[in-house]
Amino acid sequence: MNWSNLIDGELFASVVRALIPVLLAALGGLICERAGVFNIALEGLMLIGCFAAVAGSYATGSGYLGVLIAVAATVAVSAVLAYGSVTRRADPIVLGVALNIFGVGVTGFLLVAFFHVRGVFQNPKIIGLDTVRIPLLADIPWVGPVLFNLTLIGYLALILVIVTQLVMFRYPLGLRLRGVGERPTAASTLGVNPNRYRYGAVLLSGVLCGLAGAQLALGNVVQFSENMSAGRGWIAVVAVMLGRAHPIGTFGACVLFGFAEAFGFRLQGNGLPAQITDAAPYVVTLIALIIARKYFKRGIVSAVIE
Amino acid sequence: MTVQLELRGITKRFPGVLANDHIDLTVEKGEIHALMGENGAGKSTLMSILFGLYQPDEGEIRLAGVERHFASPRDAIAAGLGMVFQSFKLFPSLTVAENVVFGRETTRRGRFDRKGAEREVAAIAERYGLALDPAARVDDLPVGVLQRVEIIKALYRDASVLILDEPTAVLTPQEAERLFEILRALAADGRTIIFITHKLKEVMALSDRVTVLRDGRVADRMVTAQTDARAITRAMTGRDVVLQATAAAGEPGKTVLALHDVTVHAEDGRTAVGGGGVGGSGSGVSLEVRAGEIVGIAGVAGNGQTELVEAIAGLRPIESGTVRIGGRDVTRASVAERRRAGMAYIPEDRHAVGTAGTADTTDNLSLGHHRQPPLLRRGLLQRSAMTRRARELIERFQIKVPGPATRVGTLSGGNLQKVVVAREMSHDTPLLIAEQPTRGVDIGAIEFLHGEITAFRDWGGAVLLVSAELSEIMSLAGRILVMFEGAVVAEVPAAQANESTLGMLMAGASPDQARAAQPGELV
Repeated sequence: MNWSNLIDGELFASVVRALIPVLLAALGGLICERAGVFNIALEGLMLIGCFAAVAGSYATGSGYLGVLIAVAATVAVSAVLAYGSVTRRADPIVLGVALNIFGVGVTGFLLVAFFHVRGVFQNPKIIGLDTVRIPLLADIPWVGPVLFNLTLIGYLALILVIVTQLVMFRYPLGLRLRGVGERPTAASTLGVNPNRYRYGAVLLSGVLCGLAGAQLALGNVVQFSENMSAGRGWIAVVAVMLGRAHPIGTFGACVLFGFAEAFGFRLQGNGLPAQITDAAPYVVTLIALIIARKYFKRGIVSAVIE
Repeated sequence: MTVQLELRGITKRFPGVLANDHIDLTVEKGEIHALMGENGAGKSTLMSILFGLYQPDEGEIRLAGVERHFASPRDAIAAGLGMVFQSFKLFPSLTVAENVVFGRETTRRGRFDRKGAEREVAAIAERYGLALDPAARVDDLPVGVLQRVEIIKALYRDASVLILDEPTAVLTPQEAERLFEILRALAADGRTIIFITHKLKEVMALSDRVTVLRDGRVADRMVTAQTDARAITRAMTGRDVVLQATAAAGEPGKTVLALHDVTVHAEDGRTAVGGGGVGGSGSGVSLEVRAGEIVGIAGVAGNGQTELVEAIAGLRPIESGTVRIGGRDVTRASVAERRRAGMAYIPEDRHAVGTAGTADTTDNLSLGHHRQPPLLRRGLLQRSAMTRRARELIERFQIKVPGPATRVGTLSGGNLQKVVVAREMSHDTPLLIAEQPTRGVDIGAIEFLHGEITAFRDWGGAVLLVSAELSEIMSLAGRILVMFEGAVVAEVPAAQANESTLGMLMAGASPDQARAAQPGELV
């Protein structure tokens, strides 16, 4: 095996490509986690985002309109999660499982209903998202082509890591969001309505999962295939846990998974069976979870105060 | 004096209950007004209405002469009301300053101004003599300080009326005295204080006037200086209540519970019981409880009492030392074996540990009795025997419950506690471990439960009583052990105990210091 074939600039570029959809979904999950809603519907939302993006792009002939339609679709579905878990006080895990199953079913059904195909839908009328090369910066060796030749969604995702970190810890909004998640009754006795913040968080996770799906189906590839999110939403859930719902930590976890996925592809090119290399991100997830187990035992909140 | 707050004809119905029945309450500016009543008398409902958490079915709220409607706490806060809840409403992972300004943050160019918040909190704390560090994380602070944070929260929002719900339940006598000074200073500053409590002594010491609720109605209104504890009790319960328990008649008999050099760890691995304390020798806790005596353990919450009791009950591993029940070594025994050796246990948390909230009264009363006849025959539970037994216990322990099929999660604190006590005491074991048996229970139920515990002692039972309520320990126990930082730092015969000495010992003073302050009190 030739290791110089495995690690080069192109590998890092594919790390970033693999990273972006997971990162967007993870940021959505993080915001929900902070607000006190355990959102495991990221997978289903992302898949619905993929389908809506492709369908929208195909119908309108514009990649960016496809993105908007993807976001509209995932926000609508996340509104169900928000209504169910916040207003109706249902268990968000049960709802999340249901929405994930719904995502697979509805996209598969609509694929047949709209496009009369099964499995994969590819068509020249699907317009993808072009990468936007930033002059000069993109010419920096190694870093340039990796970080400054992304889709607009890609740049947005990286900027959002910083924005989330700032808002969460430097703005009143972030303080309230964290407080609402930690002790909703304390927040409501101070006149802060926890439900409003939770609605906002869940709907925002819908926006972010829509972007994640659009990036996956119009940026990384230009097609829709059944169940194409392929566990990335679940990996995003794990990234939030590993990052302990901190934006920077979650970003780090996403980079780890991006690396695993890109490296897996590369190994595949070197003759390893695809079934094994496809498992790489999940193997990394398992290992990371086991290593991080001792950190989970100490919860973020203490049991001293009710 | 001017009227600051007036409630007129407040009425609130819940399904099947008239919680507030045309309640009138008038509080003057700068007054400390005590609101008293047994559990279920309607105090909490009334205060929740005042604070905008519930909407009244009838009646009106007037603040400084103006009628107000509070749709949410936000409205009540804006109108100048502040509430300190019995269970603190704080964010453990945030700092004191963040907790105070939450929802009304100090900002600089849109960003949260943490330093500004800390300055404001320090200024308020200074003004009223509330010592605390604004930058400290709340989950690192003791309860006495948490309460100050709650008070500062209200003051930061410029509350002119401050409502405190059983504020002294978690405090040592010294901390409570400190709180009273703060409240007096606030009242002198022109703020109005409404003080909800069960404790007559506090009402007598602190309040200007008293309003007593019973069964959702105002039972009486009194000027504190013109009444006494007996009159207030009669207004609350409708009868005379005697809380002074009788002392044990004879000498204690043989040893039932014996601990030798026991050490126990907390969840985080540090030593919770044994290993030091002010008067400790560095070794573990040793104690004995004999037949026909009640041994009380006094201490501020978090000084190892919970861990010690859990270790005795078999819920927490013992690191070193031995525990014997009725002469049998049960150091490594399971809970079931300990119970067979003669232990009954009334746990501190009656909701989470003491009962199964979604199960009915019959099931809860049968738990632990379900392995022997008559409840179990040929491997099958006998429903009719269980129900019959439940009816007997409901009758004997005067549990106010619609019937044996009622789910216990719907019962009030006092009645739920009676369910636990009925189940445990009907084991007729030689040893009873009672942990906070009357916390949050009203005075009528306290009287009953104390009667049951002393009757058990007179029958020859051994009782280990853990209570945060010094008056309870002093009236029931024959000997009092004081725990501080995991060690038993003093043993005081009840006859020679008084609150101030015990309070000093609980706060970590050495027996010598406490003796110097109170000559002749300790042995």
